[in-house]
Amino acid sequence: MSTFTVITRTGQVVPVEGRPGVSVMEHIRDAGLDELLALCGGCCSCATCHVYVDDDIRHHLPALSIDEDELLDSSDHRREQSRLSCQIPFRPELEGMSVTLAPED
Amino acid sequence: MMNYDCLIVGSGHGGVQAAVSLRQHGFAGSIGLISDDRDLPYERPPLSKDYLSGAKPFERILIRPPEFWASRNIDLLLGNEVARLEAKDKKVLCANGTAFGYGHLIWAAGGRPRKMTCAGHELRGIHSVRNRGDVDRIMDELASVRRVVVIGGGYIGLEAAAVLTKLGKTVVVMEALDRVLARVAAEPLSRFYENEHREHGVDVRLETGIESFVGRDGRLTGVRLMNGESLTADMAIVGIGILPCVEPLITAGAVGTNGVDIDDYCRTNLTDVYAIGDCARIVSGHGLRIESVQNASDQAMAVAKTLCGEPVPYNAVPWFWSNQYDLRLQTIGLSNGYDQAIVRGDPGARKFSVVYLREGVVIALDCVNAVKDYVEGRVLVERCARIAPNILADNGITLKSMVNR
Repeated sequence: MSTFTVITRTGQVVPVEGRPGVSVMEHIRDAGLDELLALCGGCCSCATCHVYVDDDIRHHLPALSIDEDELLDSSDHRREQSRLSCQIPFRPELEGMSVTLAPED
Repeated sequence: MMNYDCLIVGSGHGGVQAAVSLRQHGFAGSIGLISDDRDLPYERPPLSKDYLSGAKPFERILIRPPEFWASRNIDLLLGNEVARLEAKDKKVLCANGTAFGYGHLIWAAGGRPRKMTCAGHELRGIHSVRNRGDVDRIMDELASVRRVVVIGGGYIGLEAAAVLTKLGKTVVVMEALDRVLARVAAEPLSRFYENEHREHGVDVRLETGIESFVGRDGRLTGVRLMNGESLTADMAIVGIGILPCVEPLITAGAVGTNGVDIDDYCRTNLTDVYAIGDCARIVSGHGLRIESVQNASDQAMAVAKTLCGEPVPYNAVPWFWSNQYDLRLQTIGLSNGYDQAIVRGDPGARKFSVVYLREGVVIALDCVNAVKDYVEGRVLVERCARIAPNILADNGITLKSMVNR
């Protein structure tokens, strides 16, 4: 069983069981973490599922698309580690990663 | 009779976000969420896209997991249609006879699809796209459907046309006006989408009305047009707008002619009764009733804060999206009342924006496969920027660099 960790805006550390092929956004939502708005439902049309992903796992993530990159530019809290969680399908290689919810814009 | 400190009517994006936000902001009282829908709260936008296409099963469009509601101490009161509001006694009565009392009432009942009324409208095979049941009925019939007539060239109709075409159906879109998206966008955007749908094989017919539906044994077999022409069809999808669900409010004395009127704090004129989302018309500012997820969610968050003792006026900049084929449309601002529409970029390259101006001020953008314009254009809208049309049209100049002009 593959698990990863979500860190909420208040610093709460929540272990989540990974389901291959399902986006990290859906994992966070299904874990009941209601800070994440994900308003567009995961179709890369807004930036309300913004997270930071650990440096050491980032080489396992799908490449940043131009659309995702430009949407992330709309956040005042963009960092090197920024991703839209709806654009990251979980896969076993991501076991043990830690994902931090970015502050609300 | 059950009493709730906060009773919410409607389990769409607005009602759900109100309940979630109340708990987030520390609301300690009881919360009840009434809905005439029997399903757990789900996202509506995928109904005309990923749910209809089969890309996402129902479980994946739930707004929150099933166990979430109990964990937040939110009572889901599903399968209850509110028939009457007794504002003086602070209670609602449901069609099934159940009554619920409230301390505060948040009305987020949305709208019901406008129906066709011409001859034959009661035939089987004619559908709306508003809730899960509508789309499940469409999907149940699809296997035996070859030809679909979509009535209405708005976002719902066009999104459904795109999905059905991809599923191999022969699709005709009928629009009563002289262009699709006429109510929400400028002509260049309309023409672009008409062209895209035609390229994908959709028969887009403008200034075309339905005279009647034709059927056999109670089932749709075709449509007769105003111009006398007849078309065969196994299914019709009607996307001609919604009627706000506000009758119980209006009957109880709430003010409103297009939905219910609300002030900047989403208050109706009835004591402790708020309204949000598709059914509410904000009186100040743009004075419009807006049908979008963003509007419903942001108004819900504003009301939740107000009820938790930190009142904030609602003044978010509207945004919206629509996905058709591989086209990503994103809208920022409201184009209503524009006097100039500037095309930026090349529609032929399927990547462009339409910038809307009113008296020289940027009020909105429609961006097709142009996320950068959408993100940077937001700042222009927020700042009511005045930019010369020839500058806006120059795709070599970023919108960002225009901010301080």
